[in-house]
Amino acid sequence: MFKKILIANRGEIACRVIKTAKKMGIQTVAVYSDADKDALHVEMADEAVNIGPAASAQSYLVMENILKAIKDTGAEAVHPGYGFLSENPKFAEALEAAGVAFIGPNVKAIEVMGDKIASKKFANEAKVNTVPGHMGLIKDSDEAIRIANDIGYPVMIKASAGGGGKGMRIAESESDVAEGFQSAVNEAINSFGDDRIFIEKFITEPRHIEIQVMADKHGNTIYVGERECSIQRRNQKVIEEAPSPFLDEATRKMMGEQSVALAAAVDYESAGTVEFIVDKDRNFYFLEMNTRLQVEHPVTELITGIDLVEQMIRVAAGEKLSIAQDDVKLTGWAMESRIYAEDPYRNFLPSTGRLVRYQPPEERVENGVTVRNDTGVYEGGEISIFYDPMIAKLCTHADTREEAVDAMSDALDTFYIEGIQHNIPFLGAIMEHERFRSGNITTGFIAEEYPDGFEGVAVDDGRAEMLAVVAVFLNEIHAARATMISGQLSGRGRELPEDWVVSLDDEIAIPVRAFEGPEGLDVSILDAEGEVVSSHTVESDWCPGDTVFTGEVDGKNVVVQTLRAKGLQGYNLGYRGSLVNAAVRTERGYELSKLMPEKIEPDTSNLLLCPMPGLVVSIHVEVGQSVQAGETLAVVEAMKMENILRAERDGVISVVNAEAGDSLAVDAIILEFE
Amino acid sequence: MKDILRQLEERRAAARMGGGERRIEAQHSKGKLTARERVELFLDEGSFEEFDTFVEHDCQDFGMADNKTPGDGVVTGWGTVNGRTVFLFAKDFTVLGGSLSRNHSKKINKVQDMALKMGAPIIGLFDAGGARIQEGVDALGGYGEVFSRNVKASGVIPQISIIMGPCAGGDVYSPAMTDFIFMVKDTSYMFVTGPDVVKTVTNEEVTAEELGGAKVHSSRTSVADGAWENDVVAMTQLRRLIDFLPSNNRADVPERPFFDDAERKEMSLDTLIPENPNMPYDMKELVVKFVDEGDFFEIQEDFAKNVITGFGRLEGRTVGVIANQPLVLAGVLDSDASRKAARFVRFCDCFSIPLVTFVDVPGFLPGTSQEYGGLIKHGAKLLYAYAEATVPKITVITRKAYGGAYVVMSSKHLRGDFNYAWPTAEIAVMGAKGAVEIIHRKDIGNDEKIAAHTKEYEERFLNPFVAAERGYIDEVIMPHSTRTRVARALALLKDKDLDNPWKKHDNIPL
Repeated sequence: MFKKILIANRGEIACRVIKTAKKMGIQTVAVYSDADKDALHVEMADEAVNIGPAASAQSYLVMENILKAIKDTGAEAVHPGYGFLSENPKFAEALEAAGVAFIGPNVKAIEVMGDKIASKKFANEAKVNTVPGHMGLIKDSDEAIRIANDIGYPVMIKASAGGGGKGMRIAESESDVAEGFQSAVNEAINSFGDDRIFIEKFITEPRHIEIQVMADKHGNTIYVGERECSIQRRNQKVIEEAPSPFLDEATRKMMGEQSVALAAAVDYESAGTVEFIVDKDRNFYFLEMNTRLQVEHPVTELITGIDLVEQMIRVAAGEKLSIAQDDVKLTGWAMESRIYAEDPYRNFLPSTGRLVRYQPPEERVENGVTVRNDTGVYEGGEISIFYDPMIAKLCTHADTREEAVDAMSDALDTFYIEGIQHNIPFLGAIMEHERFRSGNITTGFIAEEYPDGFEGVAVDDGRAEMLAVVAVFLNEIHAARATMISGQLSGRGRELPEDWVVSLDDEIAIPVRAFEGPEGLDVSILDAEGEVVSSHTVESDWCPGDTVFTGEVDGKNVVVQTLRAKGLQGYNLGYRGSLVNAAVRTERGYELSKLMPEKIEPDTSNLLLCPMPGLVVSIHVEVGQSVQAGETLAVVEAMKMENILRAERDGVISVVNAEAGDSLAVDAIILEFE
Repeated sequence: MKDILRQLEERRAAARMGGGERRIEAQHSKGKLTARERVELFLDEGSFEEFDTFVEHDCQDFGMADNKTPGDGVVTGWGTVNGRTVFLFAKDFTVLGGSLSRNHSKKINKVQDMALKMGAPIIGLFDAGGARIQEGVDALGGYGEVFSRNVKASGVIPQISIIMGPCAGGDVYSPAMTDFIFMVKDTSYMFVTGPDVVKTVTNEEVTAEELGGAKVHSSRTSVADGAWENDVVAMTQLRRLIDFLPSNNRADVPERPFFDDAERKEMSLDTLIPENPNMPYDMKELVVKFVDEGDFFEIQEDFAKNVITGFGRLEGRTVGVIANQPLVLAGVLDSDASRKAARFVRFCDCFSIPLVTFVDVPGFLPGTSQEYGGLIKHGAKLLYAYAEATVPKITVITRKAYGGAYVVMSSKHLRGDFNYAWPTAEIAVMGAKGAVEIIHRKDIGNDEKIAAHTKEYEERFLNPFVAAERGYIDEVIMPHSTRTRVARALALLKDKDLDNPWKKHDNIPL
């Protein structure tokens, strides 16, 4: 076994690999860019080497720097993680030349599978089902349009070298192809330094289901179940699970066996993932093979009990697979939510900055439920503009899908983040979505269910009552504590009233009566006449200052995020995708609050605001120009993604405040309309 | 007998109706509550004891004899906020526009006198048309009586004014004499002369909102210490503020049960200071992580944001926090920031509230606009305030403490009790660039030499240890232990006993 390995990556995956290496008694070397000097993976590793400036093209993607780090530290093997150099055959080659083990497959497998065209050829030969598409290289957008017309719309345009959703575009028409081709090329160059693009048929109502394979250098190859990754937003995976709620045993076996056949065809070794697109009749087509550890590998680990990183390291060290196909048993259900630094309420624009608060749920195994959080950040750390906006992978595992989803809902509400925007409310909403719960999902789920973006889950009656009860509990604790202040007039302390009115977003008013009961606080919901409609008991050890309420309402576990609202008008509660202000007032206080005028937000419709902190790439209009709705006004880049800002309505530009190269803060005014 | 009792009830009910239903409705339609509704919201349920319900004016001129309403435009009395006594007067706009008559002012005087006698805070809720012109000099004299009592009570009991409607002319000077003024957004304004007079005299056209609205006074003039959304929020926030304040200058700070741990370590503070010394960071993060339960009541949040002032608690006891804010103008001290902080320090010193100062200050702001604006005198106010203060004073230097500003910001030399520094502190006369250009003037132009000198200067001075070696810094502490260390120091200083020499009063450079 190796004595020391180097992890040529950053963030959560570097931390993930280090954990297993530590468990195996292997020394670890981290590499880091200037921006990652204080990153978690650097702290966790035994040694750390700086490999250059913040931009990954100058650090994590620079082979020479990593090779030097290997040489300087005497590492015997390299785990590449995912992204960066993980699927770069030149890197694997260079390591081989330097006599260092690559914890991944051989060069040939990477080369073949890294090329969408070659991989399809191999897949066909190995009798793996494939999607109709164009195999050759594409010179320009004209050729792309011709090919797309031949295949028939819709088509998918994708960077040959890319994994995940990077550089991928779906085109419904010729003009889409023209626009999509150019931006796919640009992103491909930026992200992978490789501008090759391919086009294939886009299958409608598809599911994304992938097979994990594991192979050693001795000709043993097995498949380790599937993962369903259909919940994607703009082709970026958001929620993954294992097993798939859709596959039957026969299909699973067929997909598994085809995957093994494909792996064997390229003498695959190490962990790999064969991605399939599955239509509603359970026809499946090979998409691509990722020759690396997949982001969502934890769900497979949770249902199989196999540490995939450990297996990869053992295989790289030349060991035989200790698991045979028959040993692979799928137990229970695992869910994974990717926590992204992005604002779900503002079209998921990236959010960067300091993690003022970062309090993930505790990792634990309790009552048959496992909570796991793979992360590379910590409270007080920085989410920089240079790298992927994913900050954590929150996983739960339980006996059934329903239990795993429930556990995820609670874990998400326990996760407290401040300082940046994040997608937890959105993830919470999906967990509660009926269609998601039913398992009837496709890769179009998010686009179909949230066509106008995400605005939070509307509060229904049941939710309103429960949140009102929680708010009363919080208020009772705050109000009771306030009555215990020193310096009171003797015998004339404040007697708290029993009757209150909870206003949710100042729209729904719920009259309640609260008093100390034997089991906690008893809260009755009243009707307009003051008659009791329903009674509830709430109990928790929550105290002021806590940002998460964990307790029981009517004997049922409830987790709610609680922040005191500005102006002290109650609490801002976050619960399973809903965000609501709950103000608890005395009856008189409520009556008087109704007299308060509604404040009107200032009109910003004639302004183009910068939606996130970023760099202005280009301004496409000038003062006096008339623009039509949908026209491109400016392009702003953040986290390597170019965001096109379009006119929301027709108008004439009156002021332009920014120019290309400007670094803008969120809500900075880029331009104004007349 | 029963009839007599019923008569009282009837008279009371009539008095409580103030100017009558129509005027109450008009008040509501403007988004405002009536005086009694405000009082009801502000005080503990049922605790209001009213005085002078039946007082009427005695003006005979201009037909006023037939225009009398019990209460005479102001509701006065006392009650409790979480069981603690407060006195108050609330102008009743529904009665003669809340205008001030001789008897109206006498009602206010009565609660002022009583508040002083009992050592309890007094609150004024303002929503009125100014002097009752029909009463002539009697009204002016009435103002004078109120002002004079404001001054007498200053520094003895907390006095707080909330502007909840018009407040003009003579009415503005009583609030101006009190410790804090808060305004309600969109429904209140405050000025010495209104838009009409302004137009006549200066030909300037300006709306009441532009001339003296909540936004102007809370962000531009600093007349107001804050602006609140509406009457309900204002009354809730006022209760919150009262919970922070001692009842008088001899009372201890209020104490209440707390749910936070004095030993709480905030590891994330170890990464608060950016690598690059020219990068800003948000000092409020430190303040919020430092105080109990993250509960910080900011004073003058929208004015001179380069310094943060406000109340928090440590182990359930009130502290006043003053902190330079590197996010705004690099945290520099200018005239506005100096005045803002100085007034806050003096309030805390009046009422035995310990001062905790977080320092990251590159110096005083240079330039003609500052110097012509009297920066010397304004900066001196803060220096004076800190030097004069005898309450417990704890200072934590997080990063820059340069030049005169180092001395001003509650330094050891101004009788600081505990002066801590983070390892990232840079305590020096000035930054490296400026210093090297003065010390090594002859080498300017020789980049190599300048670079070497700069490095030498940085290594020698841009750290907390030169000051620590001399005892100007008591201890260099880890950022994550700030709360723990300060809490311990405050526990020790609870019985601090320090007096200034007897004087009639001091002579702060006003």
